[in-house]
Amino acid sequence: MDVTDNNDRQKKFPGEIHETAGGGIVLSKLDEVINWARSNSLWPLTFATSCCGIEMMSVASAKYDFSRFGFEVARATPRQADVIIIAGTIVNKMAPVLRRLYDQMADPKYVIAMGACAISGGPFFYNTYSVVKGADHVIPVDVYIPGCPPRPEALLHALITLQGKIKAGLTREQIKENSYLNP
Amino acid sequence: MLMEELKIQFTELLPTISFEEGGEWLNAYVAPGELKSFVRKLRLQPGLDFDYLFCLTCVDWKTHFTMVYHFTSTIYRHNIVIKAKLNNDNPEIETISDIWRTAEMLEREVYDLFGIKFLQHPDLRRLIMPDDWVGWPLRKDYEDPVNMIKL
Repeated sequence: MDVTDNNDRQKKFPGEIHETAGGGIVLSKLDEVINWARSNSLWPLTFATSCCGIEMMSVASAKYDFSRFGFEVARATPRQADVIIIAGTIVNKMAPVLRRLYDQMADPKYVIAMGACAISGGPFFYNTYSVVKGADHVIPVDVYIPGCPPRPEALLHALITLQGKIKAGLTREQIKENSYLNP
Repeated sequence: MLMEELKIQFTELLPTISFEEGGEWLNAYVAPGELKSFVRKLRLQPGLDFDYLFCLTCVDWKTHFTMVYHFTSTIYRHNIVIKAKLNNDNPEIETISDIWRTAEMLEREVYDLFGIKFLQHPDLRRLIMPDDWVGWPLRKDYEDPVNMIKL
């Protein structure tokens, strides 16, 4: 997916408007409208395990402000969150906690792996007895952002990429269901 | 109290003590067998009053271990670093948790990661690692073929 493609998806409401006297009619596919709505209201979970968390807080606060893109408020409970940003190193003792948080989130749910530690175990600590070498060993990841830590702009880009991905079609669960129906 | 004055006092208390030069704080080496009776005097002796143990850790030098204790006095604000060399085969030293209560947790941490045995410790269990963990992960010779690449 290139950047222009991504930007197009940002602007367009899915469907077409037919002007009629006294108003208009919108023709659209319900699936696309749902995806459009979902992608513009993604509440992240307040979850950070190391220095990437500081950068995430910066993106949440006034200077970068991810609520401009529909990421609104960070929720302190997984039951109210739509997206989990894995910001930091996941160690073996944290892995079951991360798994449980993910399991407690309501579907549809999305995962962003932020920074080198969440992607691969990190540039410093990977050769250790205690570090999980990539959070995708524990939960499925939708978008990866490299960096140590990534710039706030990079996190914003990842968030927008996730929105593009949601608008592009089916959720992971839906793809799985369809593959059961039409093997 | 000035560093030189402390040195004189310490040498009076323990003639076998030796000092290391060059640090910000006064560094003193003590034989592991003499450590406990010596640090008890540091705490109780009027004028010294080292009432605060603010760091307790260990260093693995491959040939031996060094226990490192940082003490300070909240009354006089003087500091000292006490070190004790332990041998590799059977690293053990007496606990000081009955003198400074905070040592109880700190010694458990050192036991957990370095496998130093603290004699007469009230509750020497693993602190951070899982209870069924095998091995001492911060030792230089620690090997974990599943998670670590040998460099």
